[in-house]
Amino acid sequence: MKGANPLKPAERLKIPRQHPAEQSPEERRGNFLEVCLGIDEAAALLEASRCLECKDPVCVKGCPVAIDIRGFVDLLLQRDYVGAVNKIREANYLPGICGRVCPQESQCEQLCVLGKKYTPLAIGKLERFAADYERQHNLFVDPPLPEQREEKVAIVGSGPSGLTCAAELAKLGYRVTVFEALHAPGGVLRYGIPEFRLPRDILDLEIDRVRSLGVEIVTNFVVGRTATIDELMGEWDFKAVYLATGAGTPYFMGIPGESLVGVYSANEFLSRVNLMKAYRFPEYDTPVRIGRQVAVIGGGNTAMDAVRTALRLGADDAYLIYRRSRDEMPARVEEIIHAEEEGVQFMLLTTPTRVLGDSNNWVCGIECQRMELGEPDASGRRRPIPVPGSEFVVPVQTVVLAIGQMPNPIIQSTTPGLKTSSWGTVVTGEDQATSRPGVFAGGDLARGGATVILAMRDGKLAAVSIDQYLRA
Amino acid sequence: MLGTVCGRMDDTQESRFLILGKWTLAPSIARFRIRAPFVARKHRAGNFVIVRIDETGERIPLTVVESDPIEGSITLIVQAVGKTTKALCAMEVGEALSDVVGPLGNPTPVENHGTVACVGGGVGTAELFPIACALRDAGNTVHTIVGARTRELVVLEQEMRECSASLTVTTDDGSYGRKGLVTDALSSLLDENPEIAVVYAIGPLVMMRAVADLAAKRGVKTIVSLNTIMIDGTGMCGGCRVTIDGKTKFACVDGPEFDATGVDFDELIARNRSYLEMERISDERCSCKTAAAHGEHAR
Ligand SMILES: Cc1cc2nc3c(=O)[nH]c(=O)nc-3n(C[C@H](O)[C@H](O)[C@H](O)COP(=O)(O)OP(=O)(O)OC[C@H]3O[C@@H](n4cnc5c(N)ncnc54)[C@H](O)[C@@H]3O)c2cc1C
Ligand SMILES: Cc1cc2nc3c(=O)[nH]c(=O)nc-3n(C[C@H](O)[C@H](O)[C@H](O)COP(=O)(O)OP(=O)(O)OC[C@H]3O[C@@H](n4cnc5c(N)ncnc54)[C@H](O)[C@@H]3O)c2cc1C
Ligand code: SF4
Ligand code: SF4
Ligand code: FES
Repeated sequence: MKGANPLKPAERLKIPRQHPAEQSPEERRGNFLEVCLGIDEAAALLEASRCLECKDPVCVKGCPVAIDIRGFVDLLLQRDYVGAVNKIREANYLPGICGRVCPQESQCEQLCVLGKKYTPLAIGKLERFAADYERQHNLFVDPPLPEQREEKVAIVGSGPSGLTCAAELAKLGYRVTVFEALHAPGGVLRYGIPEFRLPRDILDLEIDRVRSLGVEIVTNFVVGRTATIDELMGEWDFKAVYLATGAGTPYFMGIPGESLVGVYSANEFLSRVNLMKAYRFPEYDTPVRIGRQVAVIGGGNTAMDAVRTALRLGADDAYLIYRRSRDEMPARVEEIIHAEEEGVQFMLLTTPTRVLGDSNNWVCGIECQRMELGEPDASGRRRPIPVPGSEFVVPVQTVVLAIGQMPNPIIQSTTPGLKTSSWGTVVTGEDQATSRPGVFAGGDLARGGATVILAMRDGKLAAVSIDQYLRA
Repeated sequence: MLGTVCGRMDDTQESRFLILGKWTLAPSIARFRIRAPFVARKHRAGNFVIVRIDETGERIPLTVVESDPIEGSITLIVQAVGKTTKALCAMEVGEALSDVVGPLGNPTPVENHGTVACVGGGVGTAELFPIACALRDAGNTVHTIVGARTRELVVLEQEMRECSASLTVTTDDGSYGRKGLVTDALSSLLDENPEIAVVYAIGPLVMMRAVADLAAKRGVKTIVSLNTIMIDGTGMCGGCRVTIDGKTKFACVDGPEFDATGVDFDELIARNRSYLEMERISDERCSCKTAAAHGEHAR
């Protein structure tokens, strides 16, 4: 295929990677508006022209949902932005979301050949550009609906995994109903990831696009309580079920003082702010307490979101306490850099040992211990070892724990014969099938905490498997 | 039923949680019948729902007092204590709540213990009512004590009487029934009925603790229903966590009922006071709004 790019490869290599505009750190610390403003049309065209149009585009192997990256970049160069976003949508029905939150640097962009000697193509930013262009210019057209099939499929959970599976099955003509426990759909995209990274109008819009495929979303419905899997497959007549209830239940550390007033799980802290809009209290009724000094424990995306939210709620000092070093942080690199720029104080190689409370049972400090890195562990990361006698106390009034999550037990405990691991995750085969016929599972529920794009990959795979199962 | 779900009944449809009936039981306590067909068909004694009255509202837990699966409705009894409950108590038949989700929590494990005591304090009596009925239906002899600050705050007296072998009402001020606290009445009840095997207590935390301490001294175990702060009700936020026998439990998925012996009440009392100051701001704002609205009306 001959692409639209007139530049010779050597010329392409001379173009520097294009960077998006951002709100300045001083400004954004005080608001919940989006930090990254994206790249404009000129920059997008320049960036797209850096792509070498590889015969064997390895970048695609790095994308868990196998977006035709070369293909959509070429459409961008032809200024066919709608064509580009529709090309992305063939593989990924949430382009505006993935362009914002996907950890590109460890997926597609990590494999891009440009990255070997130069900097990889900004695939995520281009994806976002295409989606934003379509949205800003109102160019979305409802897709033609396929011929309806008889069978009803139930999707449990409206996070990225459930939404993706729903979209793929709807494209195949199935009658799809998504059941969601909360009052609004989106999963972590709604209650976890803050608006300054993923504005809610974009989330709402992309969910509406899934709806426009004919998908029905029923909120306020806790599967396992409101109806069990057996009831859904029995009297409700769903022929197959995809479980995508995520890994929502927070771990606590088991250190003294964790029940003091002012200790939050990141989920509670972030749900209050994002789902319930506590940052607009008292206009919205749900409150959140924030001290002048706030400590957030953890090094993943959740911890970054919590600590940056604390700054925006007005904390004077926001500390991020992580037991390994910066290189080992699992968070997206962009978020780590943004947090640093905003003035988050990183306390690395440090672990909390105790939360201290005052006479009213309110948090007044956190006792920590220094760590040093030992031999690599099973994950290949060097294992942190406590340094004896290195304890010290940091005065804080709020502590947020972001040390990981496991699946909630509601479905597992109400579905006989559903095999689970000792971690509480649902066990699936390569095809996302569980131990129960007709019941499939994926996303964080099967993986423990993972990423948006891996959750979506599972949803896509499950849709293929469900289609095969229903045709058999 | 099947037709409704896969025919376009999605969350854009507003009148789902319509108020079908409202009765004022006491100056600050109202009883509602609300359309919630999915909850109604699955409700068991001990379950609760989480409701959000409007777009800017908080999510709050309320016990399902009764359900009518045929009409597709549930009964809630609400005491106006703060912003959300006051706003709810001001709602009228024909208005709708934006969200009702459930039934949540584990149903009460209903067994035949022989003889049991049910102790309700304040609006806790409403939460206790379905449990007392279920225990009676399972063959238990149920002795009930309901306590309130004053006569007009006594709720469900008649209903409770119907499912109980004996009913004692206590008021703090002596305006009705026996003067004093529920614990005084419980002490006599346990003396007179040594066969009482289990005590079920629902009410303010301090009351439940006092009841449990008293029963424990007589070697009788107490089951309490813990009113924690909640957001999601599915085990996602951890805001409802309580310490039971030194272990962290989530009231929404592991409870809300627990054996009182292991409950760390001090901790829970402190945690439930977390937002006192903000609750006041919210409440005042609400009162202002109501006042303003009234002003408008007057003009
Ligand atoms: C704060 C935070 C920030 C993150 N940032 C990033 C990021 O930048 N990039 C990235 O790739 N990943 C990120 N992640 C991880 C990513 O969000 C998850 O891996 C992903 O959302 C998992 O998708 P899912 O669809 O499996 O589950 P979820 O998104 O967790 O959705 C599950 C849904 O199921 C619902 N549910 C649960 N139980 C029931 C039930 N019984 N009945 C009905 N519904 C139920 C839940 O309410 C929820 O809406 C982040 C995670 C968090 C917590
Ligand atoms: C499982 C369960 C069942 C309940 N059943 C009933 C019931 O049947 N009828 C009834 O009137 N009340 C019930 N409650 C209590 C009810 O949820 C609270 O009164 C309500 O949340 C207070 O909200 P507010 O905005 O009106 O008051 P706020 O101003 O928020 O608070 C007033 C008081 O209520 C307590 N409170 C605040 N938020 C919560 C919360 N989310 N959960 C519990 N307590 C809170 C505070 O400690 C404070 O002392 C139940 C609580 C639980 C956990
Ligand atoms: S979805 Fe993620 S991995 Fe796939 S192309 Fe987009 S940014 Fe890369
Ligand atoms: S690997 Fe990089 S340069 Fe090659 S096609 Fe993919 S994005 Fe373009
Ligand atoms: S209410 Fe959130 S975990 Fe129980």
